Amino acid sequence: MPRLKAGQRHWLHLTLNGKAVEGEAEPRLLLSDFLRYELGATGTHVGCEHGVCGACTVQIDGAPARACLTLAVQMEGAAIRTVEGLAPAPDRLSILQEAFREHHGLQCGFCTPGILMSLDAFLREHRRPNEAALREVLSGHLCRCTGYAPILRAALAAAERLAKEAGDA
Amino acid sequence: MDDCGTPPGTLHAAILRSPHAHALIERVEVERARALPGVAAVLTGADIQALTSSLVVGVKAPMECWPIAADRVRYVGEPVAVVVARDRYLAEDALDLIEIRYAPLPAVVAPRAALEPDAPVLHAGLQGNLASDRSFRYGDPEAAFAAAPHRIAVEIDYPRNACTPIETYGVVAEYEPGADAYDVLANFQGPFSIHAVIARALRVPGNRLRLRTPPDSGGSFGVKQGVFPYIVLIAAAARVAGRPVKWIEDRLEHLAASSVATNRATRLAAAVEADGRITALDWDQIEDCGAHLRAPEPATLYRMHGNMTGAYTVRHVAIRNRVVLTNKAPTGLNRGFGGPQVYFALERLVQRIALELRLDPLEVLRRNLVPASAMPYRTASGALLDSGDYRAALEAALAGGGHAELLARRDAARAEGRLYGIGYTAVVEPSVSNMGYISAVLTPAERQRAGPKNGAQATATINLDPVGSATVHVASTPQGQGHRTVLAQVVADELGLHPQDVRVVTEMDTAKDAWSIASGNYASRFAPAVAGVTKLAAERLRGRLARIAASQLNVATEDVVFAGGRIFARGNPDNALPFARVASASHWAPGTLPADMDQAVRETAYWTPPELTAPDEADAVNSSLCHGFIFDFCGVEVDRTTGQVRIDRYVTMHDCGRVLHPGMVAGQVTGGFAHALGAALFEEHSYGADGSFATGTFADYLVPTAMEVPEPVTLHHETPSPFTPLGAKGVGEGNCMSTPVCIANAVADALGLKDVTLPLLPARLAAHIHGPEAARPGGGAVPVAGGRQLFGEGSAMVAAPRERVWAMLLDPTTLAAVVPGAHDVQRVSETEFRAEVTLGVGPVKGRYRVALTLSDLDAPQAVTLSGGAEGALGFGRGTGRVTLAEDGPERTRIGYRYEAEIGGKVASIAGRLLDGAARLVIRQFFAALAAHAGGGSAPREGIFARLLRLLGWRR
Ligand code: FES
Ligand code: FES
Repeated sequence: MPRLKAGQRHWLHLTLNGKAVEGEAEPRLLLSDFLRYELGATGTHVGCEHGVCGACTVQIDGAPARACLTLAVQMEGAAIRTVEGLAPAPDRLSILQEAFREHHGLQCGFCTPGILMSLDAFLREHRRPNEAALREVLSGHLCRCTGYAPILRAALAAAERLAKEAGDA
Repeated sequence: MDDCGTPPGTLHAAILRSPHAHALIERVEVERARALPGVAAVLTGADIQALTSSLVVGVKAPMECWPIAADRVRYVGEPVAVVVARDRYLAEDALDLIEIRYAPLPAVVAPRAALEPDAPVLHAGLQGNLASDRSFRYGDPEAAFAAAPHRIAVEIDYPRNACTPIETYGVVAEYEPGADAYDVLANFQGPFSIHAVIARALRVPGNRLRLRTPPDSGGSFGVKQGVFPYIVLIAAAARVAGRPVKWIEDRLEHLAASSVATNRATRLAAAVEADGRITALDWDQIEDCGAHLRAPEPATLYRMHGNMTGAYTVRHVAIRNRVVLTNKAPTGLNRGFGGPQVYFALERLVQRIALELRLDPLEVLRRNLVPASAMPYRTASGALLDSGDYRAALEAALAGGGHAELLARRDAARAEGRLYGIGYTAVVEPSVSNMGYISAVLTPAERQRAGPKNGAQATATINLDPVGSATVHVASTPQGQGHRTVLAQVVADELGLHPQDVRVVTEMDTAKDAWSIASGNYASRFAPAVAGVTKLAAERLRGRLARIAASQLNVATEDVVFAGGRIFARGNPDNALPFARVASASHWAPGTLPADMDQAVRETAYWTPPELTAPDEADAVNSSLCHGFIFDFCGVEVDRTTGQVRIDRYVTMHDCGRVLHPGMVAGQVTGGFAHALGAALFEEHSYGADGSFATGTFADYLVPTAMEVPEPVTLHHETPSPFTPLGAKGVGEGNCMSTPVCIANAVADALGLKDVTLPLLPARLAAHIHGPEAARPGGGAVPVAGGRQLFGEGSAMVAAPRERVWAMLLDPTTLAAVVPGAHDVQRVSETEFRAEVTLGVGPVKGRYRVALTLSDLDAPQAVTLSGGAEGALGFGRGTGRVTLAEDGPERTRIGYRYEAEIGGKVASIAGRLLDGAARLVIRQFFAALAAHAGGGSAPREGIFARLLRLLGWRR
C-alpha cells in the first residue's frame, strides 16, 4: 500500500453493489462517511461510530464489517455491498427484506440496514440456522425499537424461505 | 435525519464541551481555531448569549437556562463553544485549538446531598439547589395513618437512564437576515409547546421560526424532545456564519449531554390494615433534574400526579415534591416519563407489605385494585380512570400466563438450592397528557395569575386532490409507530377505499401545517388522540361527500354508502359513482355542489378531550385522558456464582382499550419491554462522586442485545376507552413502568432481599450472595469513588548513581527528553514545573498543559510528585511517591506508588481500560527515564500519545 499523507486527498476506485465507483478521501475519512457523503449511499446508517451498535454494517468482499471502524482509503479495489444492493430490482424486495416487512421487523428502521447486511451474509453460509444461532448474529446489533422479537421472527421466516427455494432449485 | 438533503453551501458544526462537572470559565482563547483554514465561525458562550435569550424555566425561581455555558460549566458535556467549518472533520480539528482555562469547583451529584446546607450551589440566584418544593394533601392522610395498625415504608434511589435512540440528534438551521427569520429542520418530536420556547430564545415571533421535522426519525422514545437547546445553538451559529449549518450529534455527546430520565430519591410510606389494604400513602419525592431546569421539566415529576395511587383505591394521600439541581446532564422526556420512578417505589412497597404482613403478594394486589364497578373512577389526586376491569385482567393473566406452573418451577428450583424468585406488578398506564398537569408545580394562586392551561389538542388534515385521491397529514412526528399504516386504514375504512389509495404525509412544517402546542409524538398520543382525530376528519369529509353524492344519485344522504372505491345508493349498488368523481367535484365543478354546502377539498379536524380540565383549587389534576392497565408477573433465576439474572418467563397483560393494529401493538410492547429490561438489569448513566461521567460509549452504557431480551408472553384484555374516538388507549410506555419493578420484585424474592437498587448488575447481586468483596490490594480502577481513580506501584532499574538520578528528576531538560512532545518546560520555582505537551494522535495534534509540583523532598531518597494535565481529551491529576534506593555502585532502583484521577472525555469513553493503560504508561515513563540516565534511547512515542492510542482514540 502506498504511503498516505494526512491532509491529502486520494482517489479511490472500488465497486459498490456491483457498479464501479470512484471518489476522493482523506486518509482519516471513515468508510461510513465516504459511503454517505462522498458516494451518496445513505442507506448505511451511523449510530455510534465506535463499533458497538452495528447500524453501519456493510459487506466488504462478502464479509460483514463495520463501516465506522474502516477507513475509506483501505477500500481501494474492494467490492462493497450495502443495503441498497439487497433488492433484486428497484420494485422488488429481497426475501429477507420481505420477511422484515411482513413480521414488523422494523419500526424506525435505523438499525435495519446493518442487521440486514449481517443476516444476508450469515444466511448465505448457513442454510438452516436455529434460533440460538440467529440470536447470536443479531447480538452484534443494537435495536431500540423492536425488542428483537419481531426481528428474530423475520429472520427465521427468511431462513426458512431461502432454504425452501434452495431445495426447490 | 442525516439523510435529508441540505441546502447548497451548508457548513458543519462541532461543539466543544466541558470536561468538568463544575468549574468557572476563566479564559477562552479561540483565535487559533478561527485562523484554521476552512473554519467559518467560532462561537463562544458569550457570543451565543448575546444573540439569544435564556430558555424559559418552568418554575418560579430566579435562575436561567442557557444552551451553552458562558462563565460557569455545571455538568460534564455542557457546550462551551461551537465551531462552524467546511466539514465536520475540520470543525473537530478546530475544537482542539480552542483553549479554555477552568477553575474547578466542588460538584454535587446525589439529590439528597444537593439539599445539604453546605452543598456546592449551582445557580447563585437560587441560594441552594432547591428549585421547587410543593406539598399536596388529598383526603385525610394524617388520620388514616393514625388509625392504621401498620405503617410500612420503602426508600428508593431510582437511577438515571435513557432510551438512547440509535439515531442521534440532528439539526440543519438557516437564517434569513432580510426577514429576520429562522428555518430549522430537526428530528424534534414535540410537544410543539417547545416551539414557543425556541422562538423566544431566538428572539423572534413564532411566525419567524419555521420548524420542520423529517418524514422519518430513527427512534425517539421522548428523548428527541431534548434536541431543542441545540436548535437554538445551531440556529444562532447559522446566523453568525451567514450560511446554513448542520450538526449531527455523536454518540458520546448523546450519552453525556442529550437528555435523560430523571433520577429520583423517594420515601414512600403506607398506612396498612392487617389484611394488606392500603388506606393512605405518604410520598416524599426528590427529583434530580440535573444542572438546568429545562422545559418541560419538572414535568417528569408531575406527569403521574393524578396516578400516585396506581391501580389502587387509596383515598388519603400526602405528597411532597421537591426539585433539585445537581452537576449532571439536564433531564427531559423519556419513554415511561415519570412512571418508572413512581411505580418502582409503589410496587416495591406493595411487595414489602406482603413480606412484612406475611401475605401472598397477589392477595395484597387483589385487595387494593380499583373494582370494575367503580369505573370511571376518580383517584384521590384527581385522575379519572376511564375504564377497565383490573381484577378480571389479573385473573386472566394468571390463567393464561401459566402462573401455577411458574410457582411449581420456583419450588422445584429452590428444592435444588437454586435462587429463583417471582415478582408481580400492577400499574395504570396514563396516555394523552393534559397540557395542564405541569402547572401543578405552581401554587393555585400562581396558576391563577398565569392563566389556565389544559387540554391535549390534536389535529389532522385530509386533502382531496383534483383526481380525487386522499392525502392525510397529522401533526405528529413518527418514530416507528406505524403512522402510515394505521392512519391509511382509518381513513380508508371511513371513505370506502383501499389503504393503499390513501397517502399519509408525516413530516411536520410549522409554517404550513395545522398544529398546536400538544402536537407531536409523545405521551402515547398516537392511537388514542392522533388516530382518533384523523377519524373525525374523515367522518366530516365523508359527511360532505355523502351530500354531494346524494344530490347526484337522487337519494337521501343517509342512504349513501361508501365501499370498494365507489359511492352508491343503499340497496341499489348499480346507482353508483366512482369515489374519485365525487371527491374531485369540488375542484372541477364547484357549481354542482348543493347550494348551502361548503367545499369538500380539505378538512382539518381539531380534537381536545373535555375531560382534560386545568388543575383545580385543591390541586386535583386529571393528568392524562386514558389509563391502560397492566399486570405483569415473571420468574427469574439468579446465578449463584456470577449473580447474573436470567428471565425464565415474563408475562405481561395489557388493557390498552381497543387494539387498532395487533402487529403495531405487539411491536410497542416488545420494544418497551426491551427498554425496561435494560433499565432493570444494565443501564445507568453513571457519574463519579466528582461528577465525572463514566458511561460515554455503548461499551460502557450497556444496551441489551438479542441475547439478553427474551420474548415476553403478551396478553390482552380489551376495555375500550369511552373518552377517545376509536376507544384506543396508549400502549407504548407501560412496560417501561411495570417491568423494571416486576423484575426487581422477582430478584428480591429470589435472594430474600428487603431492598434492591437498579440496575441489577451481577456485581451488585454477587455482593448480596457472597457478602461484600474484600478490597483488592495492589490497585484496580474504581469507577464510582470520584471520577476514575487509579492506583498502582512498580519499580525500574537505572544504571546511574543515585545522586545523578535525583538531579535528573529535578531537571526540566530531563522531562523534556523523556516526554517527547514536551516543550516549554519551565521551572516556575524550586519545586514547580510547567510544561506544554503536544501530542499527535492519529492525524490530529492536541496540546496539553501540564503542571507538576515536588514536595516532601528527602534528597536523594524520596520525593512526592503531584500534578495535573488538561487538554482537549480531558484532564488528570494525581500524586506519586518516588523512592530511590542504591542497588550497587552505579545502579539505582526507582520505586513508585501512585494514585491518580482522570476525568473528561477520556474517562467517559474509556474508563474501563484506563487502569491497565495507566500502569503500562507509567512503567514506560520510568523505563524511559532509566534509558535516558543510562544513555540509552527513550521510546519515540510520547506517553500521552501511547495512552490515547491504547485507548483506541482515533481523532
Ligand atoms: S456506527 Fe458503526 S457500529 Fe455503530
Ligand atoms: S427499528 Fe428502530 S432501532 Fe431498530
